[in-house]
Amino acid sequence: MAESLRVGATAKLGMKAEAAASTAVWRWLGCAVLIAVAIVLPFTLSNYHVFQLTQVMIYAVAVLGLNILTGYNGQISLGHGGFFAAGAYTAAILMHRYGVPYWATLPPAALVCFMLGVLFGLPALRFEGPYLALVTLAMAVAMPQLLKYFDTWTGGQQGITLVKPLPPPGFGIDRDRWLYFFVLVVLLVAMRLAANVLNGRTGRAFVAIRDHPIAAAAMGINTARYKTLAFGISTLFTGVAGALAAIVIGFVAPESFTLFLSLSFLVGSAVGGIATIGGAIVGGFFIEFVPNFANDISDAAPWAIYGLAMLLFMYVMPRGVVGTMGPWLTHAMQEFRSARHAAK
Amino acid sequence: MAAILELRAVKAFYGQSEVLHGIDLVVEEAGMTVLLGANGAGKTTTLRAICGMVRSEGAILFGGHRLERCTTEQIAGFGVAHVPEGRGTFIGLTVEENLRIGGYTAAGRPDEKIQLMYGYFPILAQRRRQQAGALSGGEQQMLAIARALMMSPRLLVLDEPSFGLAPRVVEAIFAIIERIRREQQVSVLLVEQNASLALEMADRAYLLETGYVVSSGSAKMLADDPQIRRSYLGY
Amino acid sequence: MHQLLQQVFSGLAAGAIYASLALALVMIYRATDLVNFAQGEMAMFSTYIAWTLVNAELPFWAAFVITLAVSFVGGMLIERIVIRPVENAPILTAVVVTIGLLLIFNATAGWIYSYTLQEFPSPFPDRPLFGALMTTRDMGVIAVTLVMLVALFCFFRFTATGLAMRAAAQNPESARLSGINVGRMLALGWGFAAAIGAVAGIMVAPVLFLDPNMMSGVLLYAFTGALLGGITSPVGAVIGGLIVGVTENLVGTYLIASQLKLTVALILIIIVLVFRPNGLFGTAVVRRV
Repeated sequence: MAESLRVGATAKLGMKAEAAASTAVWRWLGCAVLIAVAIVLPFTLSNYHVFQLTQVMIYAVAVLGLNILTGYNGQISLGHGGFFAAGAYTAAILMHRYGVPYWATLPPAALVCFMLGVLFGLPALRFEGPYLALVTLAMAVAMPQLLKYFDTWTGGQQGITLVKPLPPPGFGIDRDRWLYFFVLVVLLVAMRLAANVLNGRTGRAFVAIRDHPIAAAAMGINTARYKTLAFGISTLFTGVAGALAAIVIGFVAPESFTLFLSLSFLVGSAVGGIATIGGAIVGGFFIEFVPNFANDISDAAPWAIYGLAMLLFMYVMPRGVVGTMGPWLTHAMQEFRSARHAAK
Repeated sequence: MAAILELRAVKAFYGQSEVLHGIDLVVEEAGMTVLLGANGAGKTTTLRAICGMVRSEGAILFGGHRLERCTTEQIAGFGVAHVPEGRGTFIGLTVEENLRIGGYTAAGRPDEKIQLMYGYFPILAQRRRQQAGALSGGEQQMLAIARALMMSPRLLVLDEPSFGLAPRVVEAIFAIIERIRREQQVSVLLVEQNASLALEMADRAYLLETGYVVSSGSAKMLADDPQIRRSYLGY
Repeated sequence: MHQLLQQVFSGLAAGAIYASLALALVMIYRATDLVNFAQGEMAMFSTYIAWTLVNAELPFWAAFVITLAVSFVGGMLIERIVIRPVENAPILTAVVVTIGLLLIFNATAGWIYSYTLQEFPSPFPDRPLFGALMTTRDMGVIAVTLVMLVALFCFFRFTATGLAMRAAAQNPESARLSGINVGRMLALGWGFAAAIGAVAGIMVAPVLFLDPNMMSGVLLYAFTGALLGGITSPVGAVIGGLIVGVTENLVGTYLIASQLKLTVALILIIIVLVFRPNGLFGTAVVRRV
């Protein structure tokens, strides 16, 4: 009796390993397909649509930053628009005042925003829930006002107009498509980085702190350090997204970085799936395209349609698109696999 | 004797997991049934299933009503007063406010009933204006039972009333429960870890293990059973 | 000194409005752990309803009462229809729903009433009192707020339904076991919050002029006031709102021009919160492991 139990258990373990391996294969395949589509797509679409897709990817990087902080580490932020602005203005000032080439503005923007995030994350340790929301909200509200105030650096109300970068010679593609691929590469690197961090020790610490901070501390996790780190990494991502936005749009002004932008990021996070990486892309699509669709549907009150869309997404998929479809797909694949095993 | 509460083949689920696997249970009119078992056996889950707090299948019959598809507040309205694990006291309200909440659904004027409760539990009268959270464990337990009685229930469901209380206090509380049962003809379903005391008072007993009823019968029968004595009564 | 007192009093009048909206936010938060981002826009919409009634030649206080009743019912319906579907979903999901609601109300108001600033009548004449220390209008606003607060206090302290609502907010499971329909209590809570918001909107409209974006600043200050007082404490919400009103006014007068006023006020309040992370009157959430 014991013998057969043991054999059965080993067989189950074997099946689990097999299942994990084949899931990984499917994942790789899926990613490869998506990347292939992403590479081919800009050659089949108009310039304006390519520009829109580039925007989607920029928002995806920003939302990914928010997912790391709010989804994986449980610290709510209503102020990521402010960090987005910080990245954008860092890049803009470097390009405009100091003639730094566009691609070289990304590391400084990342560094500046990382440090800002850590600086923010330290006092933020004191706060939770709605209190943290308020503190981050202050960031979102303060940023446009501060940008207008320090106008010698930021160009004040008028903002800064930039020259859009030229594609390097010999590639044979135009500016819009070159920028699309530039942003695509950054997005892929960002997602890979995020995956590495979140699937490793750091990510597990983040999640432990989110789910049960007292137990996490009792297990020896330095919650203060990890929470601050989460903030810094998160704002690093969103800041880089801001820098990309400055490069791609060629213009920064305080009006572009209002509280509404922060709220949009939050909505994009929730719609895609707050504790997912792929959900950031869905969120990016939502933020970029739904307001446009809303405009097509209703001339008079497009934002009402946008609001309605938010409601509908939350009703149908309360954990976001990837947050809901992900487990569903895994479940479906498990059913399929056990049905196949039974048939054998 | 007629049964006031009957469970037939009741299963209960937390999410996708089935935790109760077909329970049959009876509480007689004006009788006391006790549910015994170790931690995790499913005793609290059974009580929660009765009150519509977990997803369940099977038949739950109470005084002519079928409870399976009813909401918790409806079931309370039918006359089932459930004192949950941890007592469920409204710690931010005063003692008297807690009692008033108990009497929210019942017909009749609450003030008279409150005086009756103060008769059963004089200590509550002394503390009537204090925050319920400031009461000691034993006092909170009395408050919880009094609150349940304010509903003029036909069935009193108690989840581990002795939990965390000193033996003297436990005896006093059980004595009150017994007195109320006799005077008010209230039926009682009791979950207890303190098996010996519970078996002394009860008419019927059920022993749960990992979601199954493994033993059932009169309380005396289970008390005399050597295996149960060894596992749960310690001798 | 005279100017200081003047600013304090007019700050109190503004604070009374923030306090009202803060109270609405706290009511909903206590029951559902949710910050209703749409509270301001709901209040704005209620104010437009009042405006429509007043323009239809109704006497002011009749319009006031009708608007409150309509807002109450509206708040209850919103809880039942819009919020109920996500009541068991993660909090962020519900937050996004309130953000969506915010947009819907704002856009709908803009569509129906346009974005032009409208004048809104005040029932109180604008005359100086006490040697120009304050105006009759400010006094009126404070008085209305006071009456509302006292009425709410009596309701929650002395009526059975008020008690049931408090119980349902504190411990929904125990409330159900006592036979209370917690869902209905939640709906009532939203109804009250909406009515309170309507009062706030009607009181502030004569000053800010009525337009769809009227309440966004007010909501921000109300949110700050609620947190300053302690998001779980109704008394705290009121006091917090008053403090925010006075602070905003004093900062604007003595410290810095209007552009950065909001930022500075926020920073000051956050500094206070650093020392009292649960607000002045809030209770720390006791986490039992």
